[in-house]
Amino acid sequence: MTTATATAPTTTAAPARPAYKVTWLRVLRSEWTKFWSVRSSPITLVTALFLLVGIGAIASLTFDPAAAPGGNDGPPITDGAISLALMGTIFASLAIGVLGVLVSAGEYSTGMIRATLAAVPKRLPTSWAKTAVFGVVATIVTAAGALGAFLLGAAILDGEAIAMSLGDDGVLRVLAGTGIYLGLVGMWGVALGALLRSSAGGIAVLVGMLLIVPGLSSLLPASIADNVTPYLPSNAGQAVTHLNQAADSLGPWTGVAVFAGWVAVTLVAAAYRLARRDA
Amino acid sequence: MIDVHELTKRYGDKTAVDRLSFTVKPGQVTGFLGPNGAGKSTTMRMIIGLDAPTSGSVTVNGRRYAEHAAPLQEIGTLLEAKAVHSGRTAFNHLLALAQTHGIPRRRVDEVIELAGLQTVVHKCAGTFSLGMGQRLGIAAALLGDPEIVMLDEPVNGLDPEGVLWVRHLLSGLAAEGRTVMLSSHLMSETALIADQLVIVGRGRLLADTTVDDFIRQAGRQDVKVATTQAERLRALLSGPGVTITATTAEELVVLGLDAHRIGAIAAQHGVPLYELGQQTVSLEEAFMDLTSDAVEYHSAPADTAARRAA
Ligand SMILES: Nc1ncnc2c1ncn2[C@@H]1O[C@H](COP(=O)(O)OP(=O)(O)OP(=O)(O)O)[C@@H](O)[C@H]1O
Ligand SMILES: [Mg+2]
Repeated sequence: MTTATATAPTTTAAPARPAYKVTWLRVLRSEWTKFWSVRSSPITLVTALFLLVGIGAIASLTFDPAAAPGGNDGPPITDGAISLALMGTIFASLAIGVLGVLVSAGEYSTGMIRATLAAVPKRLPTSWAKTAVFGVVATIVTAAGALGAFLLGAAILDGEAIAMSLGDDGVLRVLAGTGIYLGLVGMWGVALGALLRSSAGGIAVLVGMLLIVPGLSSLLPASIADNVTPYLPSNAGQAVTHLNQAADSLGPWTGVAVFAGWVAVTLVAAAYRLARRDA
Repeated sequence: MIDVHELTKRYGDKTAVDRLSFTVKPGQVTGFLGPNGAGKSTTMRMIIGLDAPTSGSVTVNGRRYAEHAAPLQEIGTLLEAKAVHSGRTAFNHLLALAQTHGIPRRRVDEVIELAGLQTVVHKCAGTFSLGMGQRLGIAAALLGDPEIVMLDEPVNGLDPEGVLWVRHLLSGLAAEGRTVMLSSHLMSETALIADQLVIVGRGRLLADTTVDDFIRQAGRQDVKVATTQAERLRALLSGPGVTITATTAEELVVLGLDAHRIGAIAAQHGVPLYELGQQTVSLEEAFMDLTSDAVEYHSAPADTAARRAA
């Protein structure tokens, strides 16, 4: 194009260009926008809340004092009202975990990852930011949901022998712990989605590890199972969501630490793959 | 300025890019040409670090792409493959990209207007037509107001109006003194806008030249003239260094005189012309001659049969 070569040298007084720069905070803000701007995020979060509060309310409503404690037609109510109110934790964990997988694997299935990495070619900040954004959102939303479920259950069971109040020993720890557990599940979903780069694969591994593997471990010889079972992701992570730990369970915070270890290892593997592999 | 040095990319035992070296000079439009599978898209992905080279190196404005503080300000890229989440609106897509760099919302609105996306900006990108998607990709490429714009087949799938829009946009960017690199399969289309040509085949450099040189070397500066007085015109035009062939009774192909001269001579002698034009096909032919050995996917049987029939 002749015009280009003719005019180019004369444009000496180009206007000062704004100094843009990629920073951690900006990458976080971008991931925040990304998270809230796909419809699956609010929908799945609401679903998780609905499961957490709804299932807890149903369990509290259908509680029959005559059949408890330790009746044959229901789980033993070792923790009293709070275990009824948080009956939905497992279901909520599936919703949150699946959303976590979609948050990261969705970038690969749609091709968005190429735009993301073109904007942040150092790569790893996007991964940390994505995990942090979803971890914080999932923790806060589900902790609030757990509180709501507990208060609703307390209102329903008011006057029953198993009724509990917020001030009772350990109640706040369990409610916060439920948020922390579900937040970690969400982050684990993000890590698995990024590691496998596939929504279907990530969801399959997540659901399998959370729900199926703990059941399979009972097939192992007892001597091995006793040493392995408590350290499985969902068993370890859920310790903090119970008021009283079962005999073979890890302590609440030890359990959190072990589950966080699973999440951390997966995140590091995902980061390694992100840094090394062609996008 | 993009500096590609001995760049090589292998996928398994397939060599997509083979010791490729060239530079994209500042302030120029560089056409990046080659047949299907020549390695154009792979090279562009390596330029912005999406794919890591097997060996060799590439720098953008003197540094590896990832080392820039604000990469979107150095070079804006439209990739061949879709790079947008189908469930996100065009606006939020651009906003999220802008936020990584601290690019103000005002600039997001600017590129939306520039790309003519105002009416669909709050629709999910997944619902976009091919052309709208291409516009969104170009809007994203311009977000950082970059010095270099690199577009992989920007007119791919666009309707004639869209093609024209891209052509005007690129001329505009070039006129502002920006560096433009665009890939294409079409020599004739590229020659309209490019200054410089980088031609590749099977991952190797086949030619690194200017458009003018390419046309000159192609040596087929022939002009097609159609007139009702072919014999008379033929006599008027013939002279030393001029070769004239008649393709039909009313058509001449003239080599050695440019369209200006032929038009002037015809007017001077009152010979009516109803067609007069540079043979652009020859450019395409020269390109095909150059790349024919390097064509990855020959469409042999059907093609040769058709040509024989013609
Ligand atoms: N991710 C990949 N894995 C394996 N092979 C690949 C990959 N990407 C590209 N290739 C191969 O590398 C070669 C170059 O591909 P590339 O897409 O770069 O060509 P191109 O010049 O852009 O072609 P086109 O004009 O069709 O877009 C092709 O043979 C292609 O099959
Ligand atoms: Mg290509």
